[in-house]
Amino acid sequence: MSAITARDLAVDLDGVPVLRGVSCAVGSGGWLALIGPNGAGKTTVLRAVAGLVPHRGTILLDGADLRSLRGRSRARLIAYLPQSPMLPPDMTVEEYVLLGRTPHLGYLRGPGRRDKDKAAAAAELLDMARLANRRLASLSGGERQRAVLARALAAEPSVLLLDEPTSGLDVGHAQQVLGLVDELRRRSGVTVLSTLHDLTTAGQYAAGLVLLHHGRIEAAGSAAEVLTEDLIRRVYAAQVTVTAGPDGTAVVTPVRPSRK
Amino acid sequence: MTARRSGRRHAARAYLAAAAFLVAAVLVSALAGAADLNPLATAAALVHLPSSLSPLDRAVLFQIRLPRIMLGALVGGLLAVAGAGYQGVFRNPLVDSGTLGASAGAGLGATLAIVYAGGAGTAAVPVAAFAGSLAGVAIAYAAGSVTGSGTATLLLAGVAVSLFLTAVQTWLLQRSAQDLQQVYSWLFGSLSAATWQQALDILPYSAVSIGVVLVHGRHLDVLSVGDEEARALGIGPGRVRLVVVAACSLAAASAVAVSGLIGFVGIVVPHVIRRLAGASYRLVLPLSLLAGAGFLVFADTVARTVAAPAELPIGVVTALAGSPVFVWILRSTSVVRT
Repeated sequence: MSAITARDLAVDLDGVPVLRGVSCAVGSGGWLALIGPNGAGKTTVLRAVAGLVPHRGTILLDGADLRSLRGRSRARLIAYLPQSPMLPPDMTVEEYVLLGRTPHLGYLRGPGRRDKDKAAAAAELLDMARLANRRLASLSGGERQRAVLARALAAEPSVLLLDEPTSGLDVGHAQQVLGLVDELRRRSGVTVLSTLHDLTTAGQYAAGLVLLHHGRIEAAGSAAEVLTEDLIRRVYAAQVTVTAGPDGTAVVTPVRPSRK
Repeated sequence: MTARRSGRRHAARAYLAAAAFLVAAVLVSALAGAADLNPLATAAALVHLPSSLSPLDRAVLFQIRLPRIMLGALVGGLLAVAGAGYQGVFRNPLVDSGTLGASAGAGLGATLAIVYAGGAGTAAVPVAAFAGSLAGVAIAYAAGSVTGSGTATLLLAGVAVSLFLTAVQTWLLQRSAQDLQQVYSWLFGSLSAATWQQALDILPYSAVSIGVVLVHGRHLDVLSVGDEEARALGIGPGRVRLVVVAACSLAAASAVAVSGLIGFVGIVVPHVIRRLAGASYRLVLPLSLLAGAGFLVFADTVARTVAAPAELPIGVVTALAGSPVFVWILRSTSVVRT
């Protein structure tokens, strides 16, 4: 639906340079994963694209500068899921998913029948319809993540920004969520830009990887190009082996450093 | 689909219950008191049907009880809606119009008027309380709005401003001890001097403030997911906060001008509503308006009847009668969903 291009992106937070010279692109309907150690600037890239932090350089959405889009018009195109979303404990799943329609509503207009239908469809898609009247506090970790995803999809965005969508999920639920995102991407053509801390998983789901280190791009390309023992050792200061999995994608295995 | 239908039924039931509570409060209050009014005749007179009420009973009903009921309902609704609105803005169920300096400002304003402008009962008191209330919030808002900081700074500024204004008030009172009694009886709140004129005086401010807060229910729901996500959804949290705080403060100032300080309503009513009807402000705000109106009419009925012919301060009644009920509700309900 929409292609994103970042050119020479730079962000300062509280006067500290957090991103410098970041240029990357993801085509319409593609999936680009940002990887890198803690504090490398992955989340800041997403927040810049979501318009939540001021940036220098340009971010283009289908060739148009994001700065020309304000507030609601940007929110209609781009849905942002933070790593730890704040879930009002007493709100029901139905009310929460309906919040996703906010960018489509005028200042004084409440959600109408059409908005409720779209929200219900998004909940249905993520198998949350049967939990519509449940309080958010009563949901399991996997259900919460699906509720948050349903809220994002209710807006019918062209771009999904996912910050660590699998954090706190066990391996089964993580696969389920990523599988869902991939299915949505294939079915509706939504463009996905995500951070993922698990390197093997990143290589399995995203078509392209960008490795960030100290706010700069260290490497970018396919999983085979980015997930190398040498790069990972240098950037993460970690000892790993990289082998080919059954389907040929890279499997990154941590190796316990030998004791002295 | 089924979920949505049951959601609508849930809302309809909640509105019906809150409206029934208010109507019951109005009827009980209209009948309770020294003059013994015939219930059927009173009900008929209230809806302008032919009624057997004597001219004297009519005067009691329309010139004494009804203005007081009307004013009580208005003040209760204003306080409850303002409390719910503040709670939404600050994502904190313990905040109400007192937290941001509205009560302390009103207290100082009323004290100034009583000490320097002729005492309680003069027209200066409500005007000074109204102005003081708005000034208190404005100072707290200006002091606490630091770019990039969250709501905590604003709340702390509110607490600091409240303490400062209260200190000034205490100092004034200490210098003019002869006014202590009058100031205290104002501080605890009363509707005993209610007139139709008072209700008319605050009606425009009430209508505007309640209207503005009610249309922001959806925005407060969005704020409940946090400032950053609200912005990602295209809502400016700073603007919503400013508009809702201004409207809630106008509501609180209108209430305080005609009734003095009545605590408890702004915190307890929205909280009970949340327990019974869920967390969405699209429902909590209008239900708080109805239930707050009913609650204060009940409380005022108690205030003027339990120790008749003496009257208890209504602020004492709301806390004395309200607290046990509140604790009972806290212990006996979980959030009910259908």
